[in-house]
Amino acid sequence: MSTVYTRRLSKELAEIQTETKPPIGIRLLKADDFETWIFEIEVLGDSLYRGERFGLKFRFDNSYPFSAPAVQFVVDSGMKAPVHPHVYTNGHICASILGDDWSPTLSVMAVCITIQSMLASCKRKELPEGNDTYVRTAPDNPKKTHFVYDDDTSPFPSNRV
Amino acid sequence: MDMETFSQDPSTTSKGKGKSYEVEYETLSQKLVEELMQADVEHISAIFGVDSATAALLLRHMDWNKDRLIDKFMDNASSVNVAAGVTPASPASSPGPDRSRRSTRTTTKSLKKAEPAPTPQPFVCPICFDDSQVETLALVCGHKFCTGCWGAYVSSKIREEGEHRIICMGENCSVVAPDPFILRALDDDAETAARFQELVVRNFVASNKNLKFCPFPSCTNTVSCPAAASRSTLTTIVPTVVCGADSRHKFCFGCPIEGDHRPVLCAVSKMWLQKCHDDSETANWIKSNTKECSKCQSTIEKNGGCNHMTCKKCKYEFCWVCMGPWVEHGTAWYSCNRFDDKAGVEARDAQSASRASLERYLHYYNRWANHEQSAKLSVELYVKTEKKMEEMQLTTDLTWIEVQFMKKAVDEVEKCRTTLKWTYAMAYYLAKGNEKELFEDNQRDLEKAVEDLSELLESPIEPENIPTLRQKVTDKAVYVSKRNQILLEDTAQGYLEDRWRWNVAVEGFD
Ligand SMILES: [Zn+2]
Ligand SMILES: [Zn+2]
Ligand SMILES: [Zn+2]
Ligand SMILES: [Zn+2]
Repeated sequence: MSTVYTRRLSKELAEIQTETKPPIGIRLLKADDFETWIFEIEVLGDSLYRGERFGLKFRFDNSYPFSAPAVQFVVDSGMKAPVHPHVYTNGHICASILGDDWSPTLSVMAVCITIQSMLASCKRKELPEGNDTYVRTAPDNPKKTHFVYDDDTSPFPSNRV
Repeated sequence: MDMETFSQDPSTTSKGKGKSYEVEYETLSQKLVEELMQADVEHISAIFGVDSATAALLLRHMDWNKDRLIDKFMDNASSVNVAAGVTPASPASSPGPDRSRRSTRTTTKSLKKAEPAPTPQPFVCPICFDDSQVETLALVCGHKFCTGCWGAYVSSKIREEGEHRIICMGENCSVVAPDPFILRALDDDAETAARFQELVVRNFVASNKNLKFCPFPSCTNTVSCPAAASRSTLTTIVPTVVCGADSRHKFCFGCPIEGDHRPVLCAVSKMWLQKCHDDSETANWIKSNTKECSKCQSTIEKNGGCNHMTCKKCKYEFCWVCMGPWVEHGTAWYSCNRFDDKAGVEARDAQSASRASLERYLHYYNRWANHEQSAKLSVELYVKTEKKMEEMQLTTDLTWIEVQFMKKAVDEVEKCRTTLKWTYAMAYYLAKGNEKELFEDNQRDLEKAVEDLSELLESPIEPENIPTLRQKVTDKAVYVSKRNQILLEDTAQGYLEDRWRWNVAVEGFD
């Protein structure tokens, strides 16, 4: 399984760096190893996040790609999470693609694009309901949180385990 | 001692005696549940003319509701098949005519659909990008991946996510892998295959109101209790069951409480536990393990389960729970269990009313917590005693059998303290009146008997006093067991006769 994980990430990295350029607004900031990658996400065109730049952090282990990577916004080194009804101030994101709807045929870039369009289509800049409670009790790894996806209304996180 | 409550004959599966505080139930091994499940699968397979793997997917999709499945299937079989993941959503999206489940041929398709390959190229698995993999598997949708990736995916779903419904890895594909496919993907990973089987059984059990999985970790037994399957019966019975794998696997069939919460109804138990949870900070101090002697103020630590305390310094004898002199507890008017409501009379303004209500709660909570603690302490004490008795067995001519009486008595004490603990939750919610007084009489009698036995169990053991001690302990244990039965029987009868009145609204009562 670990060979799949490294071969797969090498292949994805090669595609990002050379073969096919990432879509506009998505830029690779760091991928020194197969544990943590960081991308810069910017929403271009007409959106509530015009001019803002966010860091999107991926954490992998050897269960990738059979299990989703742990994905969250960077909330240190001067960066902040976007104000969005599905994004907690600790950077955790409630998106079904990172949980129940993850499929091994998806990729790091597919996640970046999904998150970018999630921001692009946002109509109101507001925090998720229960942000403070969640942030106070949330586990470090967002994958430990079992989010209930409820499309356009607020997500209802509950801690697994 | 009541032997009926101790003996667990493993060959019989039917439990529950003719007592009104016991419920009739059966324990089923995982194998027996699998047989029940298989019977449903075969039934559906015969009616629909499909293979059993397909029938299983259809049943799981309908939460094992056969009637509903038959209805829906007769109405629109193809939409049920799609919803259950038996067939792909739209046949047009299926890539190519190759619908074989397993293909050892390499494919001519390249990853990038845009450029049709003019010459045959090796199959590159779109997940691992390994082109040396020649063995592939695909579900009915035709989405092909190498067997290594299928194995890793299926295993990750089962082991990491506890999922038995495994959908195709293809993007936006909702075809579900039937059991034979899963077993093939897992190849020779017997451990994961067993975990998968357990998940399937759990799904079946969870869908059936008559069944409940034993909540104890790594236990795979199931209890069948049709008598407690409907919520309305929970206003008249407390369905305590034992899974059969282990006599400690005692749980409530009617609610998530692990353990025996008789004589208190599920709904009332839930209210009480919620209250304890909400008020835990206020009540925490009371659980403290040390107190001061009310006479000489020296610190006293409780180290046994008995509530009869003697201050080491001044020899003052008192009750650990109410801190009152123990002499009073030895007489007929033992009244440590009853809450003295005089504070209620003085409660004229809101502030003293809320203080009175807190005091009332603490009265019950204190006793509740104490029985819980004492039950634990008696078990700890027993472990020490047992060691001592084993030593004695070596140094004296006492046989192993002769030193066993303590074990049964300790078990009885633990069991009765659990009953007592819950009687305080019951009394907290019982409306004042004759019935409550009778309940508290039974509670007091049991409590007194348990305290006596507890004290006896803590008395010093010397080889020469063992025969006498044994007689005393055995007699007391029989009496305690009888008091426990009387209390449980009377409470259970009260439910059946609708005799109990509550001071709050209880779910299921008008
Ligand atoms: Zn593969
Ligand atoms: Zn598929
Ligand atoms: Zn069990
Ligand atoms: Zn219950």
